[in-house]
Amino acid sequence: MFEPVLLRNMDVPDGHLLATYEAGGGYQALAKALREHTPDEIVDLVKQSNLRGRGGAGFPTGMKWSFVPKRAGKPKYLCCNADEGEPGTFKDRIIMERDPHQLIEGMAISAYAIGAETAYVYIRGEYVLAIRRLEQAIAEAHEKGYLGTRILGSDFSFVVHIHCGAGAYICGEETAMLDSLEGKRAQPRLKPPFPAVEGLYASPTAINNVETLACVPHILARGPDWFRGIGPDKSPGPKLYCLSGQVRKPGLYELPMGIPLRELVEDHAGGPPPGRKIKAVIPGGVSAPLIPECGLDVGMDFDSLAAAGSMLGSAGVIVIDDSTCMVKVATRIIEFFHHESCGKCTPCREGLNWVVKVLRRVEAGQGAPGDLEQLEALCKGIFGNSFCALGDGAAMGLKAALAHFEHEFVAHIEEQRCPFH
Amino acid sequence: MNMREKIEAAAARYPDQRSAIMPALLIAQKDHGHLPGPVLEEVADILGVERIWVYELATFYTLFHTEPVGLFHLQLCDNLSCMLRRSEDLLRHLETVLGIEKGGTTPDGLFTLSTVECLGACEMAPVMQVGDDYHGDLDIARIDALLDRLRATAGQATGAADLAAAAPPGE
Repeated sequence: MFEPVLLRNMDVPDGHLLATYEAGGGYQALAKALREHTPDEIVDLVKQSNLRGRGGAGFPTGMKWSFVPKRAGKPKYLCCNADEGEPGTFKDRIIMERDPHQLIEGMAISAYAIGAETAYVYIRGEYVLAIRRLEQAIAEAHEKGYLGTRILGSDFSFVVHIHCGAGAYICGEETAMLDSLEGKRAQPRLKPPFPAVEGLYASPTAINNVETLACVPHILARGPDWFRGIGPDKSPGPKLYCLSGQVRKPGLYELPMGIPLRELVEDHAGGPPPGRKIKAVIPGGVSAPLIPECGLDVGMDFDSLAAAGSMLGSAGVIVIDDSTCMVKVATRIIEFFHHESCGKCTPCREGLNWVVKVLRRVEAGQGAPGDLEQLEALCKGIFGNSFCALGDGAAMGLKAALAHFEHEFVAHIEEQRCPFH
Repeated sequence: MNMREKIEAAAARYPDQRSAIMPALLIAQKDHGHLPGPVLEEVADILGVERIWVYELATFYTLFHTEPVGLFHLQLCDNLSCMLRRSEDLLRHLETVLGIEKGGTTPDGLFTLSTVECLGACEMAPVMQVGDDYHGDLDIARIDALLDRLRATAGQATGAADLAAAAPPGE
């Protein structure tokens, strides 16, 4: 029987308060880390656990930390990306609202591992309750000596600041987030240099997602073998899945990494509404190419979904039933990417503008012969040519919709109307 | 604390004043309701940064408003998860009962109606943010009840400060 750890305080009254967190063993992993381990040992433990970044890219966390130089000659930073903008994703908000100390303890251990004394949490400005809860939790942790100078009698000092975002999806891209934190428009940077070497204020910087950091205390407390024993060895651990869309029980579920998508949607989330059938599922936020119903037996982990032509991304699982027009779905997704394109590169900024125009006319029943070929050509022009993954994600998503539901696009053009209206 | 003191306190968190522009704009917008040119210049002067740096952020990020918005800014999510749970019907209903189109403000200045991209609360789709609060699992009846509560709040209060204090909590 799988035991949830990340969500264990979700339904506990006052789960966001320090007293509740401490009563469940909270901050003992930090104490253990400071008492029993050197920073290098913590990096090794996290490497051994095979923890991979939960923000979307799935990069091995321990390896990311090991790229931060030991002696930098300037301050090092830890940045927590809590800008959760991927449509269909709400896990980080719920962690911060209901169990913020889990994140703070994870940040303290991670900062100790890389030698950072300052962290910034870059959090969505819309997440007002999460911001309040996190502010309160930081104050409580300071008062109890879990943050501040010489934490728990060690030589390690560490402070956490909150930085509120102001509505820019592109901040999910870590270098765009750094530029935003430096007070600039959020646009991605050319890499290299990578943030581990030259990040915030040109200093070595580790950037990790909320859920990734929340895993760290549990790895310290229970050991890397425990973590690695859950789900596939190369992509292990407990995982938060955000279920939304046309499904009976939308919500946040903690289950092993690698669980079959079908089981997640049909058993845990109750399947589609009465009388409907699943048409397709987006497994990892709208950047992840959709999977038609026949492909739902795929495992929900980084490698299995990549092999199936999609991605785990942020594990924002959006269920689409047979009452829904896929041209409309594709149009709404590309409108989103077009709106959020930062404007830096031409393929994304201009290409998506063009794609939106074509999709809107097809959905409105004004499509022309040749429009599908036009869309294919535009995808080819954007994918691999945009500056960052935003344009790629949009192009991949559209290509998947065209590949699996071409007949719906064709019907719109031939009948000069939306067959679903 | 006045606006200057709040901005200076926020700026102390960063080694570089430029980083404090975003928090300063959020503080200024809370105080002024929106961010007209003179407020942007004041922010630049308080932080001692280039005015263009402040302008470019105020016009890049969607949470900043350089034009006035209504007392209650209704921000309805119309991204995929909300669309799949019929947020469009709610938008049409809001446009009808408020007598304005998306992007507009009612003549009494009470409501501005916008659609926004994903609010990160898809488990309670369709969802709408009003001020600091999220309202989820919305349907037409709940929208009507919410509008009634907001109107009642506005009727009881006499000034903007009272309104902010009296705003009903989210559901």
